[in-house]
Amino acid sequence: MIEDRRSFLRDTGRFLLLTGAASIAWEHVLAGTPDASPNYALTDHWWGMVIDIDTCIGCGNCVRACKAENDVPLEEGAFRTWVERYQVDTNDLDHPRVDSPNGGYDGFPELRSTGENVKVFFVPKLCNHCAHSPCVQVCPVGATFESPDGVVLVDKSYCIGCRYCVQACPYGCRFIDPRTMTADKCTLCYHRITKGLTTACCEACPTGARQLVDLKNPKDPVHEFIRTHAVHVLKPQMATGAKVYYNGLDGAVR
Amino acid sequence: MPGVEGFIYPNEIELQWSVLIVLYPFITGLVAGAFILASLERVFNVHVVKPTYRLALLTALAFLIVAPLPLQLHLGHPERSIEMYLTPHRTSAMAMFGFVYLWYLMAVLVLEIWFDYRRELVLARRSSTGLRRMAYTVLTLGSDNIDASALRVDERIGYALTVVGIPSAFLLHGYVGFIFGSVKANPWWSTPLMPIVFLFSAMVSGIALVMLMYMALTRARGRVIDMPCLDTIARYLFYTFIIDFSLEMLDLLHRIYEADESFRALDFMVHTKLWVSHILIQIVIGTLLPLVLLAAVQLVSLSERARRRLYALSGTLALIGIFAMRWNVVIGGQLFSKSFLGYTSYKLVFATREGLLPAVALLVLPFAILAALVRFLPPWADVQPGAASIVVTHGDTGR
Amino acid sequence: MDGERDGSRPSGEPDERPRVHFRDYEHVLRMAGLFAFAIVLFLVWRAWAVPPDFGRYGHFRPGAITDAADRTPKYAGHELCIECHSDVEQARQGGGHAKIGCEACHGPLGRHARAETDQAPVRPSTRGVCVTCHTAGEGKPKSFPQVVLREHASAGPCTECHQAHKPGLT
Repeated sequence: MIEDRRSFLRDTGRFLLLTGAASIAWEHVLAGTPDASPNYALTDHWWGMVIDIDTCIGCGNCVRACKAENDVPLEEGAFRTWVERYQVDTNDLDHPRVDSPNGGYDGFPELRSTGENVKVFFVPKLCNHCAHSPCVQVCPVGATFESPDGVVLVDKSYCIGCRYCVQACPYGCRFIDPRTMTADKCTLCYHRITKGLTTACCEACPTGARQLVDLKNPKDPVHEFIRTHAVHVLKPQMATGAKVYYNGLDGAVR
Repeated sequence: MPGVEGFIYPNEIELQWSVLIVLYPFITGLVAGAFILASLERVFNVHVVKPTYRLALLTALAFLIVAPLPLQLHLGHPERSIEMYLTPHRTSAMAMFGFVYLWYLMAVLVLEIWFDYRRELVLARRSSTGLRRMAYTVLTLGSDNIDASALRVDERIGYALTVVGIPSAFLLHGYVGFIFGSVKANPWWSTPLMPIVFLFSAMVSGIALVMLMYMALTRARGRVIDMPCLDTIARYLFYTFIIDFSLEMLDLLHRIYEADESFRALDFMVHTKLWVSHILIQIVIGTLLPLVLLAAVQLVSLSERARRRLYALSGTLALIGIFAMRWNVVIGGQLFSKSFLGYTSYKLVFATREGLLPAVALLVLPFAILAALVRFLPPWADVQPGAASIVVTHGDTGR
Repeated sequence: MDGERDGSRPSGEPDERPRVHFRDYEHVLRMAGLFAFAIVLFLVWRAWAVPPDFGRYGHFRPGAITDAADRTPKYAGHELCIECHSDVEQARQGGGHAKIGCEACHGPLGRHARAETDQAPVRPSTRGVCVTCHTAGEGKPKSFPQVVLREHASAGPCTECHQAHKPGLT
């Protein structure tokens, strides 16, 4: 029963406020369950990767597996992951010789001779799925973003192809897919990890040098690994919050 | 790999931003510079440059209209570019620039031109018939009032717009500088000086352009060039150029002195790949030479004819130098690898979407638009119907 | 007196003030009205064009997460292989290849594992697969088994002497 206008307004105001708050809260409850993977809750995971330089043999299996799994164009300049080979002369640490023939897709050609004081190693690289990603920061429309479970993804139907994100990535992990003219990069095999599988590159790695890790999972071996090894990220001075952790990363690695 | 020296990350082989993205800051720079020259007269009461006031505004408009075109040609999906306005990402300088551009175009430039030309538009409407009259009715928004008090309102609003317009012009081109300067991944771009350097080089290019246009158009109309006006513009060009050059040298000296991890790679690049475009064209021919010529005019007493020749030469060289600066920033920033261990090359093709042909066309287009604007909205008072002096308003050159 | 007027504009401003004042800024109101109209048009367009759930998790379209998750995996993953080929998995135990994913050598077999194709998987070529990892090279850890191919056996396939699933000489 409406007693007077004031109390009516007060009650209406409260009603609107509460239903408004409730609907916002309900939205957040609904959040975290993408339709494609009904058993997967976004907020349960925080994905990253661990790469052990000491174990990588430079076979290039990961590069081939990624291109096959994700339909990545086979041409140059379109790599979601690639492997670099470093030859570091102990007398000249500032000038390593680096090569990555076709991104390591066909493995690496045998080295003729490296000299006595040269150490050689392989560094697989991919998108670091940065927690404070500069590529996400510069995207003008919101086509690239970090998902709630820590994976930086590209919305191919929304990307306008301005290439600002490619410029902003310090690691060179982005490129423009010539078929769609949109930005493209490693998705951490999102379609696999949301179904309980590991990424294609980790699946194909014969030595276990690449391991997918879920930092939010207390049982994930990554926690033990990081506790017992000195791990590094690439270009830490950029403060990107990179989530690919390297063991045995030499200072010469760019 | 052809065109590649040393080691580059595999995805770096292709340059992301082409000559069209060189054009874009060049064009918006001309806009900002032309506008600031116009505002010199209006707000800072430098009345001697009044003959160029309207021309500067129209030049700014012509170039600003063309400015988004190189961007649209460059985008992978230009049909989606409206997303920048519908869902702008507030952390992205590029997205925010869309609004700065829109603000400047509509709220500053178009409005200022409208309020300044309104009297002539109404007069033109009154004296035309049929389709032309309809066009002028649209342009005047159907209003017919041009008596003294209405024009005084216009004058006051125009003044306010110019006052707002000056920081807006600074924002317009400073923002473009920030789009580059805020990219921490690229040490050639990432410096807090970038917006300032862009702004001052924009002013140099804009002033040089208006100066050259004024000289060329006055000659074409068979009129006498207003020398006090021209001398003043040239003097402002000179001062601005000194500031611009000092800022660029400051950036260079700072890099050389600090010699951080990127320095050796960048130094090598400037001395090899950018030798012609940076050292020769931008610095020597495009900055030092015009500075010397302009300084000569200040120090030595020269005839009007000699001065005009020197102004024409230094203005042209300045424009070339500023274009080279944009080239060296945009293209130069992509020639070196972020590994600092290698370089790639830029292949400028002729007839593709981002090639030389569209680039040249986009440089010519603003002049075509300006020609149309000059016809429709003549910046010279002596070409208007009944212009002499019904009311002494702004825009009359009182010749 | 000062030219025609086409009737008062519905600018909301009643013509009660001294005529000279309103007439003098009336054109400004026309321009302001034009701007207001353009802004309203933009807001309507935005309400129509932007998906309603845009921004739910951040500044992006939540459907993009679903789009990313929606692909069908090409690699089955060794867990799926083991479901049918548990005998091979048993045989591999204790050998040097025990921990390698099946598809690292056999290639992507998702379609086979999900019985989407009748095509039997092709046996990998040893020259392609074995050699890629085991050819001697700088940069491989010294403990990793590697041979210089020329100095090793010659033309025949590696499986002539070696067992693929549980390496060691046969």
